Amino acid sequence: MPPSLALYLPLAAPIAAAGATVLLGRRVAAWVGVAGAVTILATGARLAATVHDGPDVTSGLLRADALTAFMLIVIGAVATIACWAGVHHLADEAPEPAAARRYLILVQLFLAAMSLAVLADNLGVLWVAVEATTIVTAFLVGHRRSRASVEAAWKYVVLCSVGIGIAFLGTVCVYAAAVAAGAHGTTALNWTYLASHTAGLDPDLIRLAAGLVLLGFGTKAGLAPMHAWLPDAHSQAPAPVSALMSGVLLSVAFYAIWRYKAVTDLVLGPGYTRTLLLVAALASLTVAAVLLIAQRDYKRMLAYSSIEHMGLIALGTATGSRLAITAVLLHVLGHGLGKAVAFCGAGQLLRLQGSSRVAAVRGLATRQPALAGTLGLALLALLGLPPFSLFASELGIARAGLSAGQGWAVAAAFGLVVVAFAALARNGAAMLLGEPQPTTDPPTSSGRPRAAAIAPLAVGLAAAAALGVSLGPLRDLLHAATTTIVAGH
Amino acid sequence: MIDQLLNLACGLFLLSAIGVLWRRELSALIALLTVQGLALTGIAVLLAVDRHSVETAAVAVGVGVLKAGLLPLLLRRVLARVPEARETAPLVNVSASMLAAAGLVLLAYAAARPLVALAPTSAAQAAPVGIAVVLIGFFLAATRRRAISQIIGVLLVDNGIAAVAFLATGGVPLVVELGVSADLLLAVLVLQVLTARLHAAFGDTDLDELRELRD
Repeated sequence: MPPSLALYLPLAAPIAAAGATVLLGRRVAAWVGVAGAVTILATGARLAATVHDGPDVTSGLLRADALTAFMLIVIGAVATIACWAGVHHLADEAPEPAAARRYLILVQLFLAAMSLAVLADNLGVLWVAVEATTIVTAFLVGHRRSRASVEAAWKYVVLCSVGIGIAFLGTVCVYAAAVAAGAHGTTALNWTYLASHTAGLDPDLIRLAAGLVLLGFGTKAGLAPMHAWLPDAHSQAPAPVSALMSGVLLSVAFYAIWRYKAVTDLVLGPGYTRTLLLVAALASLTVAAVLLIAQRDYKRMLAYSSIEHMGLIALGTATGSRLAITAVLLHVLGHGLGKAVAFCGAGQLLRLQGSSRVAAVRGLATRQPALAGTLGLALLALLGLPPFSLFASELGIARAGLSAGQGWAVAAAFGLVVVAFAALARNGAAMLLGEPQPTTDPPTSSGRPRAAAIAPLAVGLAAAAALGVSLGPLRDLLHAATTTIVAGH
Repeated sequence: MIDQLLNLACGLFLLSAIGVLWRRELSALIALLTVQGLALTGIAVLLAVDRHSVETAAVAVGVGVLKAGLLPLLLRRVLARVPEARETAPLVNVSASMLAAAGLVLLAYAAARPLVALAPTSAAQAAPVGIAVVLIGFFLAATRRRAISQIIGVLLVDNGIAAVAFLATGGVPLVVELGVSADLLLAVLVLQVLTARLHAAFGDTDLDELRELRD
């Protein structure tokens, strides 16, 4: 496979899978969707091998460097779990054929939009792709047409469209600065061009642009105080879609922030974005910790846990040293896997239990040992306990912050992480352990999830644990991806 | 001559945004949005003439079709399906909104200084008008209670950004412009469907009713 073909495959595979859905039966189409996700994963690995000992792969508006390859691996890995779990989700929920088809098509288009976002060399195209993710996921969030579902979808589309609009204003400012510095047309928004021609860019305009971009993509990444849409959307979407939105979409929005940071830090020095990111990080961790304490709904609990992890990623990005960025990238992958498993497990629990209230679930370990085991392990992974990789990445983020002289921020942040830890652990223990309630209100549907439905979750957990033990071939890729963020290009 | 016409178009562009804050009939808001779309088209056409750019002229035609034709048409269809003629009780009353708009325009001129300083052409001098419309769009989306008013707020934000792009840079690259326009059209189509579902689920499009999801 020639490398430039590999640039188009992560877009073509999910779009082809979406097209095939029209012709195929529901069950086959769901498996074709899994194939689309695996293709993204495989292409990411292929591109990683190419860019590791060679130049970037470029074709038209698309380009892949080590960071792109890494993000494709994250998207592909989380999507594989989510689509595989989605096969069983569809079999269990058994929606109308038209609704099932719409679900499968929109999920594949969602994957294509995220792949385009990380493959685009042009910052304008990156923006278009991130906005496209909002559009294709709107009806996935609002799939049930209940009051809660429609409300979540409305807030999601309006807040994210306005937020991402701010990021476009920032993009226009960068374009104006580049044009004034002598660039022309499409080139003026190419990341490679900007990163290598920072000398002529007007610092005042870039400062304005950096603030707008951080505010805009920060909305999409769920950073406080622009997070209001996130718990609603993530708790209302079908479980596999929640897994994708929480596990990768937030990181894809953060990817945009990294690309801009690489350019703006060269113009302004690292201090400006560091301050903004530190504020966002501490605000996000505070919001997550406070709202986790009183949380009574386990899907919303997982959503606030995502805000917590985005806060940690913002903290590491603010530090900005090589160690910090490597830890942040590892954190993105570990969180993606852990959160995908947790959301898909929560989806199965919701189907068995008929309620997403924490109080409705008691003694799951005795009633549903397999499901309780996967959910429990996923929660342990998200809490940052070994052997899962989030342990190593949180340690890395803390160490990098301390050695960069941000002791106060690290202390405050990890104090809040401990609060969130206690809240998650308490709710998790209440759900999984203890005596099963004498059933006053019996669960709506009995029976256990089949072993086949647990399999994707087990694979995700195994991957997260393996990453925590050894990075293996990912080590070189992580270091190369770190270089693109830290040193521009 | 072109400069004077450009200033006229920019003035009309800003006035139509302020008019949106002033009027309460939803049909009047859509009419004002059409006027703003035409003003934006005018800005693009004048820049195309000034720069002898065929590409900008083509973009201007596309902008006109989308923002003065298609989007207002979609909004009118929403209004026909959801029979609510007026913004009932905005969170901020009209006279306070006018004061806020004046403040936002001043803020826009302050915020846009780096943009104006960069390219002292007469078009770039007018770029703060675009920022002002962006801010007025935010204000509208934050303080109005009807679903359609919020959609119009989102569209004002987008029109404002488009105006900044035209005035400060002569327009973003064609491929980006195409992508942005497609996204915008799809977003409004999504919001159109969601408005109908809001109406079906809540029996109203008063966004104050959205209280199912709380912590």
